[in-house]
Amino acid sequence: MTSLRRRLLRNPIGLGALLFLVVVVLSAVFAPLLAPHDPNTANAYDTLSGPSGKYWLGNDSSGHDVLSRLLFATRLSVTLTAETLVIAAVLGIVLGLLAGYYGKVFEAVGSAATSLLQALPAIVVLLAAKSVLGPSDFAAMAVFGVLIAPAFYRVVYSAVSAVRGELYVDAARVSGLSDPRIIGRHVLTVVRAPVIVLAANIAGISVAISAGLDFLGLGDPSIPSWGGMLNDGFANIFTQPLLVLWPSLAIGLTCVAFALLGNALRDELERAAVPRKKAVVTRQTAAAPIVPDDALLSVHHLSVGYPTANGSMQTVVEDVALTVRRGEVHGLIGESGSGKTQTAFSILRLLPGGGRIVGGSIAFEGRDLAGLSAKEMAAVRGKKIAYVPQEPMSNLDPSFTVGSQLVEPMRIHLGLSRADAKARALELLARVGIPNPRRTYGSYPHELSGGMAQRVLIAGAVACDPELLIADEPTTALDVTVQAEVLDLLRDLQRERQMGVLLVTHNFGVVADICDRVSVMRAGRIVETGPVRSIFADPQHEYTQSLFAAVLSNTEGEGVVA
Amino acid sequence: MLRFVLRRLASGVVLIVVITAATFFLLHASGGNIARRILGQEASEDTVVQKTHELGLDRPVLTQFGDWLSHAIHGDFGASWFTSQPVSDAITSRLQVTLELVVGATIVSGLIAVALGVLAATRRGWIDRFVQFLAVLGFAIPNFLVALALVTVFAIHFKVFKPTGYTAIEDDPAGWLSTVTLPIVALSVGSIAGVAQQIRGSMIDALDRDYVRTLRSRGLPESRVVYKHVLRNAGGPGLAMLAVQFVGLLGGAVIIEQIFAIPGLGQVSVGATSQGDVPLVMGLVLATAIVVVTINLVVDLLQGFLNPKVRLS
Repeated sequence: MTSLRRRLLRNPIGLGALLFLVVVVLSAVFAPLLAPHDPNTANAYDTLSGPSGKYWLGNDSSGHDVLSRLLFATRLSVTLTAETLVIAAVLGIVLGLLAGYYGKVFEAVGSAATSLLQALPAIVVLLAAKSVLGPSDFAAMAVFGVLIAPAFYRVVYSAVSAVRGELYVDAARVSGLSDPRIIGRHVLTVVRAPVIVLAANIAGISVAISAGLDFLGLGDPSIPSWGGMLNDGFANIFTQPLLVLWPSLAIGLTCVAFALLGNALRDELERAAVPRKKAVVTRQTAAAPIVPDDALLSVHHLSVGYPTANGSMQTVVEDVALTVRRGEVHGLIGESGSGKTQTAFSILRLLPGGGRIVGGSIAFEGRDLAGLSAKEMAAVRGKKIAYVPQEPMSNLDPSFTVGSQLVEPMRIHLGLSRADAKARALELLARVGIPNPRRTYGSYPHELSGGMAQRVLIAGAVACDPELLIADEPTTALDVTVQAEVLDLLRDLQRERQMGVLLVTHNFGVVADICDRVSVMRAGRIVETGPVRSIFADPQHEYTQSLFAAVLSNTEGEGVVA
Repeated sequence: MLRFVLRRLASGVVLIVVITAATFFLLHASGGNIARRILGQEASEDTVVQKTHELGLDRPVLTQFGDWLSHAIHGDFGASWFTSQPVSDAITSRLQVTLELVVGATIVSGLIAVALGVLAATRRGWIDRFVQFLAVLGFAIPNFLVALALVTVFAIHFKVFKPTGYTAIEDDPAGWLSTVTLPIVALSVGSIAGVAQQIRGSMIDALDRDYVRTLRSRGLPESRVVYKHVLRNAGGPGLAMLAVQFVGLLGGAVIIEQIFAIPGLGQVSVGATSQGDVPLVMGLVLATAIVVVTINLVVDLLQGFLNPKVRLS
């Protein structure tokens, strides 16, 4: 908490907002000393006069000194805001703690009350309440405190129910601490920060609401209020437009200060990670490498980096060379974190947030993919190079039917009519072994099993007859029984269409099963590459040797590396 | 689907009954001397007693509520204690005006918020910071201040719009536009802020999903990925936020109508409140609750349209 305070002081916007609010509170406290005139003394000779030496901000329609009234009205705003906050916080936090910590009954009561209180606009409830409570602002804001309490309730409840099951709370309970002690010591510390952020925002809202009620003329006219002054100013806006300005500034600046303070507090809380600076790295293109004649894809000196907190680049793939020939299945094998998936994504130019190709070239059909514009690359993806992901269920858009997701790329790349694209999609679904293509075509992804979804994704990948298929662990997420079928399907499709395949995997069994050549990757580099047979027969690199040793000692050994 | 609608409808009805009951008891529990308030301080004790009897206020509160409810179910919401105008007459014509403002503001803020949210989420950088900044300001500045600023600048200084009053759309569409534009803008500012923030957040979240990478791997143009797929998936939370804002707009309209002298629910509310006109207050609470329940039902149906999982379950 002290660190939050310290960090806030270093945030210029937060600090400015805080200072402004301190000034507001101080002028409320010392209003009687600061005010040059009595706020309620009407001066019949000086109504609606502009600023003068005697009345710095002028007089209102009854001849009151505007500055003095503004200062005394600040007292009302500060008191009302404090009142609302205390009522809302006490109610919301206590109920939230009880509901979060004890669950069940409290939870049901709390959420029922919450939804009830939020079914009507607050101001309508306040108006209804005012019709019996009369003009007192204090009564109205007490009601508002109750209305807004659910905001605290929700924050506290969700934070507490999240830690309820945590080990350290269990440990405290086992060690014999009483419930109140546990709540006080372990649970309250969790909710303190979000509650402070929320309090700042709610303070701003209650300033606005109380001013709104007074502006509507529903407040106590005998007490100076910002809203009341605004009302008076608005009524005389044609004669003395400045009268609207002062209370508007008081209300507006206070509300904005609370919001900015809340925002700054939240930012400082969320600033777990240092802001990302854009690292300036230019891609280094290497001299033209020697490429075999039948190469479909040839990657040279490829390096991939991610920006780090201090602005430098962390490379995850370094100086990788890789060649996939036409019609060849090329395995890219390595442990998790070895950079094999990053290599695959960089060929597709689909590196996740911040990732960039920092060096090397990706030659494909006579062009360097690393240098293509986003638009040119989009024309290559799907049409020339396709992708089969690892996790089938999360790789289909949940909001669209299987059919529409299959048809869309075909219409773009092949220019097919809707009907032709549909016919082709149904053929493809049948080809990948979907038992009832028509039904699956109209299904949503969540209605499919994992194996079906992966078949759908494979159908989508081969839909536009790509030259190269990049499959990233295509069987890892599937049931063991389905794995073999999907692998067979991939091999059949590859032979049928004479595609080149780059198969990313950590499974030697898969490599032995369907790959022609294999590259072994470790710590971002390729350590060994060659035909599968020769590498299996005689691994050169000690890392490959140790991988085989590990697999063999694994007795039955499905051949899994990682 | 039908069962889903009926279930939501039933819970809506329960909510409305609970709200009206709670309001009724609160209004009657504390309103000790309603007859005196109506008749004024000069009235004699006898006339006050007589008036109390006349209004049925000497009966048990539960009986009074049962009475009100059974009349209400038959479409009779009583009459104002002060003007004797039937409550339904006082409310219906004004409800339409308020709904014009609120629905207008919802549409305007929905459109602008989606545009800003998408820009912020896809471009990031300074546009993102700008939208975030606007969101904080829009959230913080009370809408009546926005309204006052708009009136001062566009109605009083430049005289582009009428400062006060209301023209019905069926009488004069241009006049209608001239009277409702400023109120709608004033109302929209806050909800644009809220909805844009939500859209931005859920867009950023959705852009990070696996299926977005797969869609890109299929060679879809980025605009299609963003506007067709990501926006559709991010739309649900945005819509939910818009519904929350709608309830807020309904409240905001009360104050805004006052500034622009628009004959909507706000004027009735303020009048009924300061007089303690219980039947009218009850009618207003009921009307608002019905509007809120209806909107939530509509939003639920739209959610079903956006999200097939909701639709099919």
